[in-house]
Amino acid sequence: MESKSIHNSEFAHKRLKKRYGKERRFRMWGVAAICFALASLGWLLFSLVGTGFTAFQQNFMSIEVTLEQSIIDPQNTNDRETLRGANYRRIIQNTMYNQFPDVTERKAKQELFALVSASGATNQIRQMVYNDPSLIGKTIRVTVPTSDQVDQLLKGYIKRDVPESRRKISDQQIAWIDDLKSRKIIKKKFNTILFTNPDSRDPELAGIASAVIGSVMIVLIAFLLALPIGVGSALYLDEFAPKNKFTDLIEININNLAAVPSIVFGLLGLAVFINFIGFQRSIPLVGGMVLALRAFPTIVIATRASLRSVSPAMVDGALSLGASHTQAVFHQKLPLAGPGILTGSIIAMAQVLGETAPLLMIGMVAFVTEIPNSISDPATALPVQIFLWSDSAERAWSERTAAAIIILLVILVMMNGVAIWLRNRLEKRR
Amino acid sequence: MSMKYFIIGAASAALLTACGGNGPEIVETPSEATQAVSQSSRSQDIRVVGSSTVYPFSTKVAQEFKNKTGFNVVVESTGSGGGHKLFCEGVDDSTADVTNSSRRQKKSEFDLCASNGVDEIIEVQIGFDGIVIANAIDAAPIDMSLKDVYLGLAKDVPTSDTDCTMQPNPYTTWADINPALPASKIEVFGPPPTSGTRDAFVEIAMEGGAKKIACMADLRKADKKAFGTLAHTIREDGYWIDGGENDNALVQTLVNTPSAIGVFGYSFLDQNTDKIKGATIDGAKVTFENIANGTYPVSRSLYFYVKSAHIGQTPGLKEFALEFTSEQASGPGGYLEEIGLVPLPDAERAKVRSAVENLTAYRQ
Repeated sequence: MESKSIHNSEFAHKRLKKRYGKERRFRMWGVAAICFALASLGWLLFSLVGTGFTAFQQNFMSIEVTLEQSIIDPQNTNDRETLRGANYRRIIQNTMYNQFPDVTERKAKQELFALVSASGATNQIRQMVYNDPSLIGKTIRVTVPTSDQVDQLLKGYIKRDVPESRRKISDQQIAWIDDLKSRKIIKKKFNTILFTNPDSRDPELAGIASAVIGSVMIVLIAFLLALPIGVGSALYLDEFAPKNKFTDLIEININNLAAVPSIVFGLLGLAVFINFIGFQRSIPLVGGMVLALRAFPTIVIATRASLRSVSPAMVDGALSLGASHTQAVFHQKLPLAGPGILTGSIIAMAQVLGETAPLLMIGMVAFVTEIPNSISDPATALPVQIFLWSDSAERAWSERTAAAIIILLVILVMMNGVAIWLRNRLEKRR
Repeated sequence: MSMKYFIIGAASAALLTACGGNGPEIVETPSEATQAVSQSSRSQDIRVVGSSTVYPFSTKVAQEFKNKTGFNVVVESTGSGGGHKLFCEGVDDSTADVTNSSRRQKKSEFDLCASNGVDEIIEVQIGFDGIVIANAIDAAPIDMSLKDVYLGLAKDVPTSDTDCTMQPNPYTTWADINPALPASKIEVFGPPPTSGTRDAFVEIAMEGGAKKIACMADLRKADKKAFGTLAHTIREDGYWIDGGENDNALVQTLVNTPSAIGVFGYSFLDQNTDKIKGATIDGAKVTFENIANGTYPVSRSLYFYVKSAHIGQTPGLKEFALEFTSEQASGPGGYLEEIGLVPLPDAERAKVRSAVENLTAYRQ
């Protein structure tokens, strides 16, 4: 009875134990890998949100501005161009000097003026006067951003305790700022500028509106071009094309295309769309076409994979009931592959949204003063804007860069969320 | 059921557009756009390309100019070399109106321009930019000469002041070169070879240092090319480290590594005076005034170039150039000085401005 078989010998037990150990270790490695990935992601999000969340609020200054006729339009011409070109800087200077009337020295006056966003304030009253010349001579209350230095000080990025010589803001300025804050002239508010303004050279005026619109245009164009061509090519290659060396070659090339560095597509776009066809530089149309090429192989590969995952029984069933091959493909196979195709395409679009390198070649790494109205207006894209901001010297850019990255991530997560939602929905309805 | 038909419909629509119907779809989008481009007034935007160093100043002027006049300016950051290439492509409407440059236009670029019909170019010098050698604020201050910089960073250095037999750079600490310098390891983070700042650093600081060595100065007289190669080649044995193009990252590296030294543009020092400090070079501290009056040796001029043929063709172009050279912008106390441009002396600026007013083309 005690006969030892090969399965319960001591050696076998050892072997079994070793095998179990191996399997346990494998599971542990898996858990460790996931923990590492989660930790990296958590760290990334933590550092991004930690730097970026302050950018969603900004310090504003509420000031009373006297629009003096003698400064804006001394000759009383009421000419629009005169109104636009007038010296609004002087008006804002006077307004700021009035906050602290006992300041007389030139350098101190300069420092006082530096508290307000010069460009932001002048442009705001310029627009108001230009749109409504009847305001001249009146005193109006406007809310304008403080300068980026003031904002950074109040947010604690510029430390008060470092020696005066080591910061861009003087002790005198800090005293003024605290005074203005106690008089409720400086207040922190939600930073709508970040969402509604186009790019600006001044951090306190910079927004992502033009970049987001540019990105949306690019993604839409890329989607409209790449989806039909991609799905069509995949269907034809998989279902209808004859299998021979030539179609094999095409297939290999499409797969290789997915691995081509994206800057190459930019070079191609520069050569074909701009130099040969003659489109303008920096326009979303060209950006969309270039990135459609980038998305195309991803869509083809995703489509073919999901077509192949459809059970052959479905097609066979249709064929046995008398459907033609084309009918079987379009009525059975394609609808079943739909969710997969959709997921693949949306992931391709997320890639497109994140691309920067090809846009460099076609002139979209640019500063554009206007929000684009059409696909042939100069524009830039969100990742490009992030890249440009991250390379700017002023301290205030770092939080805005992080905020822009957060917004980009939110858009990406939303796109992926839509992909998942659509897939689940389509799969349920099947 | 309805959903199924929807999917089939969507999919076949997609297929139709892909195969049969793709003709109209694909052709339509570009043709619509071509139409838009040809009739669009926006093709008349002022187009600026070029240096990433001049980019912050150019965009500031673009923004102010847009506010004051309503003209749109599109500023691309392509690097100086890329900018000249685009600028010199030709004179037709679609080419750039202005290129920014962190160095003078090269003879080869000038000739390229001329061969493409761009023979009337207005050269505008806008001011200076200092190149800073800096370390962490709490580290020992650095006071070195250009000669020290050259000896510390060149690939091959002379054996002694009088003997120009070259040897691979033997120095590993700053004190090896000059006992007055700290005994810390030579560790310099600088811009990569693609950067204009690197070119300027090599040409001004390294070459300037090499010239201080007697026998190298003789070599320069005898064989300028050989001297240039020796003076311009940075060591590749790990003591010089190519940082990325991102100078903010470089500043952070210096904070984390107190023994390290970094090379970058003045505006980054100006914005980070709580984190880093600039080295004194040849006895001159790196201050705004010293760069402006030329006492600080490592500074370069910044330029932009205007295509004369486009003045009158691109609305607002001349006004843009005038805005850039105006007292309010690039004069002392102007809005460009606020963001770190070191202005030209008044007399020079007046000269430059009159060149713009009279559309005086420059010759090389």
